[in-house]
Amino acid sequence: LAGKDALAATPGAAEQLYAVPKFGNVSLLHITDCHAQLRPLYFREPSVNLGIGEAAGKAPHLVGDALLKQFKIAPKTARAHAFSYLDFSAAAKVYGKVGGFAHLSTLVQQLRASRPHAVLCDGGDTWQGSATALWTKGQDMVDAAKLLGVEIMAPHWEFTLGAQRVQEIVQKDFQGKVDFVAQNVVTADFGDAVFAPYSWREMNGVPVAVIGQAFPYTPIANPRYMVPDWSFGIQEERLQALVKEVRAKGAKVVVLLSHNGMDVDLKLASRVTGIDAILGGHTHDGVPTPVVVSNQGGQTLVTNAGSNGKFLGVLDFDVRDGRIQGYQYRLLPVFSNLLPADRAMQAHIDAVRAPFRARLDETLAVTEGLLYRRGNFNGSWDQLIVDGLLAVKGADLAFSPGFRWGTSLLPGAPITRGDLMDQLAITYPATTLTEMTGATIKTIMEDVCDNLFHPDPYYQQGGDMVRVGGMSYTCTPAAATGRRISDMRLNGKLLDADKIYKVAGWAPVAEGASGPPIWDVMETYLRAHSVVRARRPDQPTLVGTAGNPGMAA
Amino acid sequence: MADPMKIRANAANGVTEVKVLMAHPMEAGIRKDAAGNVVPAHYITDVTVKHGERVVLQCQWGQSVSQNPYLAFKFKGGAKGDTVSVSWQDNLGESRTDQVTVA
Amino acid sequence: VTSRQALAATGREGFSAKSLADALAAVGGTPADSKDIVITSPDIAENGAVVPVSVASNIPGTSEIYFFVEKNPNPLAAKFIIPEGTTTAVQSRLKMGQSTNVVAVVKTADGKLYSATKETKVTLGGCGG
Ligand SMILES: [Mn+2]
Ligand SMILES: [Mn+2]
Repeated sequence: LAGKDALAATPGAAEQLYAVPKFGNVSLLHITDCHAQLRPLYFREPSVNLGIGEAAGKAPHLVGDALLKQFKIAPKTARAHAFSYLDFSAAAKVYGKVGGFAHLSTLVQQLRASRPHAVLCDGGDTWQGSATALWTKGQDMVDAAKLLGVEIMAPHWEFTLGAQRVQEIVQKDFQGKVDFVAQNVVTADFGDAVFAPYSWREMNGVPVAVIGQAFPYTPIANPRYMVPDWSFGIQEERLQALVKEVRAKGAKVVVLLSHNGMDVDLKLASRVTGIDAILGGHTHDGVPTPVVVSNQGGQTLVTNAGSNGKFLGVLDFDVRDGRIQGYQYRLLPVFSNLLPADRAMQAHIDAVRAPFRARLDETLAVTEGLLYRRGNFNGSWDQLIVDGLLAVKGADLAFSPGFRWGTSLLPGAPITRGDLMDQLAITYPATTLTEMTGATIKTIMEDVCDNLFHPDPYYQQGGDMVRVGGMSYTCTPAAATGRRISDMRLNGKLLDADKIYKVAGWAPVAEGASGPPIWDVMETYLRAHSVVRARRPDQPTLVGTAGNPGMAA
Repeated sequence: MADPMKIRANAANGVTEVKVLMAHPMEAGIRKDAAGNVVPAHYITDVTVKHGERVVLQCQWGQSVSQNPYLAFKFKGGAKGDTVSVSWQDNLGESRTDQVTVA
Repeated sequence: VTSRQALAATGREGFSAKSLADALAAVGGTPADSKDIVITSPDIAENGAVVPVSVASNIPGTSEIYFFVEKNPNPLAAKFIIPEGTTTAVQSRLKMGQSTNVVAVVKTADGKLYSATKETKVTLGGCGG
């Protein structure tokens, strides 16, 4: 079955994947975290997604064979390739690219045909993540989302376009077309609501409320100066009150369109009553079946629909006699080869790229090895970025943020400017060279590590671990706050707490930081390395994670 | 003279909710300015809130209260048209009083 | 007149104390832990300079509520004197230089002290996710 179109050649492959039986009278379609990826792409799922303490061995902290086993997915199949990193490069050649809005649009239309009442929800991280989204301030994605038929949206990286741009889109482009909902964004002065908290819908006569939850730690994970007058937070009490309110108004199905991240959603589902299902995003976990969480009010289905347009979530409810009698959930992998491109969407995509084509398609280098980003501690793309920072900025060590977005490139592929921008396209791209003592470096790493491995999800935030270039270290994820990082070595020598080191970095959240944008630095580096050697990303020595199913054996 | 406070006072089913946003630098006497000199302590030490002539809350604050301080609480009683007044005094002897009509 | 007596005269005992223990001693001793005090403050502070803290006391006879930020240079942040007829719940915003416990203390008319504690994490930020 070698060859790009092997999948398409398999008779019945599309039907087998996409024939979702009709079920019930209420349907929600869900995409999330597409990160402005309009065209088909490759995206390697993580081989390191550790769950620590209570989270160990539980979705979403399962990778590779452990994930396939848990969700009963046969190895070496299209679904195994969609949900896991196993044999990624080889499988990618067999099954081809995934995602792409033109192909996703065809799938959405297929499901609307069988479910005319279905409502399409977008969990956010849509307007950021590509060169064209950056250069058009998200306009390409705003138009694509409307063309796709998105009706309800929750936000996170959208805020990095600035409060004013967000308000402009919500009040103009989305007015009367897309409900931009976020119950947990309030004014910093008196705590007044900034956006509509929920969208009210009727499907086959059944009242449905979809409550929006923006990423609660936006002003910490991203620059606060971009949203100076707004305050966020999980706002659990507000959410519980809202659920009571919509129930009192007669809602028979209450869904949270959440950008909390799955671990936060799992805890929230155990505490807030009255939510039937959470359509989750932010942590980019493609979880095939919902996790059923019990709470005092009953049960809540917690889902997470992956990222980069790779998946379409389909949640059906059968509501009779004023109550949910049953549900059906599918997370459909979007295989570009299996879904013809929708003409209108393809035309939009071509029109968006046309003015930038030469700039986007210029080849900067060729990669020998697989380039990917996702993983708790590092990815080969991030290794390339820290290597670039070290070389071009002349630093002792380099930090790169643990972003979870960024498409993958197969061995031998050209690296175009578009591909590079898929890893770097943010509105605060300045690179920095800062003098820091060894003690400060440890504090920063401990701080980020705690955001990832704190036992209580409500004390976690942001992305994966900060990627470190030029320094090896040991990490004990289950250790207490401030005591997870040890044995930090620069060229084999232990870091000196009092010594000053030159630290390169990018994506500063503090206002006023200036420096050449990361893409200039990386293009300079790639010009000097037109063939990018295959590189194994440096990983910290891990303590206490042996046998953890969240890590490749 | 500091900018006026923003005060909201809303009466509903027998309880009046008061929210106040004051304009004050609230310097703790620890922060250094751009030239590296310590900015002297300058913070609100006392706040009194009255419903008409009756004191409904008294506060004593230290250096840990945030800049442009916020205060919210409720008192029983109060009706549309009543007056709620807020007065503060800081460690340098400055003071300010503002009032609002209950909505 | 010692500075302590001077402070006592102005009723600002505790505000100059440099440790939580000293500040608690100044306001009246060691409080008994109580489930009837509800502290609402973020698990992770959005901005360490402006951290919303609200304390509600369900203890009958509550006459004073104190906010303490354990790891601040001066842990006693605020004192609220609650007259008859005012709801025994107050909200303000405090500065926190680092991850710390927020301690709420309630004093009742008969001079007894009760407390509740909540941890708020202050993080450096960045790393978008
Ligand atoms: Mn995302
Ligand atoms: Mn996100």
